Amino acid sequence: MAVEFSEKADAEFKELVSRYPNTLAAMLPALHLAQREFGWISVEVMDYIAERLEVHPTKVLNAATFYTMYNKSPVGKCHVQVCTTLTCALRGGYELLEDLEEKLGVKLGETREDGAYTLSEAECLASCGTAPMFQASFSDGEIEYFENLDSDERVNAVVEKLNARLASLPDPRKMH
Amino acid sequence: MMQEKYLSRYFDIPNGHTLDVYEANGGYQAMRKAFEMDGDTIIEEVKTSNLRGRGGAGFPCGIKWSFLPKESDLPKYLVVNADEGEPGTFKDRYLMELDPHTHIEGCIIAAWALGIRYGYIFVRGELQSAIRRLEGAVKEAYAKGYLGKNIMGKGFDFDLYVHPGAGAYICGEETGLIEALEGKSGQPRMKPPFPAVVGAFQAPTIVNNVETISSIPWIIQKGGEWFASMGIEKNGGPKLYGVSGPVVRPGVYEAPSGVTVRELLEDYAGGMLPGHELKAFIPGGSSCAVMTPDKLDSQMGFETMREAGSSMGTACITFMDTDTCMVRVAARLAHFYHHESCGQCTPCREGSGWAAKVLDEIEAGRGRKEDIELLLDMCGNIEGNTICALGDSIAIPVRSYIKVFREEFERHIEDGCCSFPSWSKRRKGSSEAA
Repeated sequence: MAVEFSEKADAEFKELVSRYPNTLAAMLPALHLAQREFGWISVEVMDYIAERLEVHPTKVLNAATFYTMYNKSPVGKCHVQVCTTLTCALRGGYELLEDLEEKLGVKLGETREDGAYTLSEAECLASCGTAPMFQASFSDGEIEYFENLDSDERVNAVVEKLNARLASLPDPRKMH
Repeated sequence: MMQEKYLSRYFDIPNGHTLDVYEANGGYQAMRKAFEMDGDTIIEEVKTSNLRGRGGAGFPCGIKWSFLPKESDLPKYLVVNADEGEPGTFKDRYLMELDPHTHIEGCIIAAWALGIRYGYIFVRGELQSAIRRLEGAVKEAYAKGYLGKNIMGKGFDFDLYVHPGAGAYICGEETGLIEALEGKSGQPRMKPPFPAVVGAFQAPTIVNNVETISSIPWIIQKGGEWFASMGIEKNGGPKLYGVSGPVVRPGVYEAPSGVTVRELLEDYAGGMLPGHELKAFIPGGSSCAVMTPDKLDSQMGFETMREAGSSMGTACITFMDTDTCMVRVAARLAHFYHHESCGQCTPCREGSGWAAKVLDEIEAGRGRKEDIELLLDMCGNIEGNTICALGDSIAIPVRSYIKVFREEFERHIEDGCCSFPSWSKRRKGSSEAA
């Protein structure tokens, strides 16, 4: 399937570009939009964005590889990123990580075979007052913080919520 | 401790993030007042207020504003640094999510005072809820005629946009932030020229932290002298403090400048969790030097914290208990800075990884006697030898943990092990404390 924005995404793209004095400056929001549309940032997607922004493809490669939020290979429908930086570590971030490995059925740094979850460690997510916590990035472009995960009950409730959401999410591996 | 709230005033008002509720509570009156003042008068008022940059560096806001050239062939820019990410820091998120209109009002006043045509609020990409709240509020402000062309019939045009980051701590550095805004990798620029002269899109640019801008409407509304009176020498205003770690009530609290660390810990956050004894604290994000309980009565101010041996930074304090291994903390932070180094300068790129490895070895009980001196030597070779302050942010904490807790480092090396409890059994939450 050729990579091309849907009509709705195309309108959004044009509006984004209109916010800046040049097209290059729309790079970061355009890549966010592309990831939402195409699931992940492949070389094909980078070429498409380069063409749309009328910039050299290396400029897209530069941005896509510098920033951690762009996935250069497909991740699960739900990418769980557990903060383990200092405050979270002090309040159980590592314990939460081990718990989630078990409860989500996926090892740290891996994607579950059915493509449901990817589990990673994240650096400080500006949520230190509500530690421990994780960020869930969904394949429909939504990002949600789950905070104060300081008991089994809370972690179980969140995992249940995530599991319930899986069915409605596209599989990034099949989005383009 | 109980005092009137300003910066956090809208946090507890239901739907305080909406324009209707904001205006019903007196919102956008400061903007109207500012429109009756000229730019120089506003800059003077901000100078009088002793408002210091709230992002960590503490540069006096009014002075920074006065560096922006009055005349410019290119349109001038305001870039708000909302790329909150210094470990331990979580205050700006509250301002964006719970009170976006005060922030927008601050942007409008700054633009009016400085003749700025375009503004971008650069929010770290992970904070999608803050981005949505700000975008919703910007839309409301446009609909009301507070943004766009000929605002309030004053012949003043100002467009404001929310720009998402994409995950890179380095973009919190103001020139890295500008590079990222321009669509490039966020590698900091050499200074000078400073952004006020050559900033975003080669044009004169003011970069301010979220809280700095959110303080502006209060300064206009109640006066620079009033703001200065809510603080100590050279440090004006009510401000937000974050408290985190094993304390009873972690969170964001508003207090005057000059409040003591002890007051924040004991009066606001309810003290350490039962059964946890204070060992050390970091006053304003992980790049600050570590401090010990004998410094609890230090006042939160840029000069006062420097005199006490550290720095105020972002004023979000991380408390650590006696179960915390200081070698492990230093190693964890070194890993953070290594991960976030932009790779541009060799001392930072290579030094951060090397320091992390050596600290890992000491923590694992494989350290050598000479490693402590090696680490100090590395710190000396990183600090001051990089384009931006990220290099210093590795050197300052690592050196401080060794200086303050040297005996702990030596014990790891002599015993060949770490005697502190593992971090994988630390889920002692508020629910347990209650």
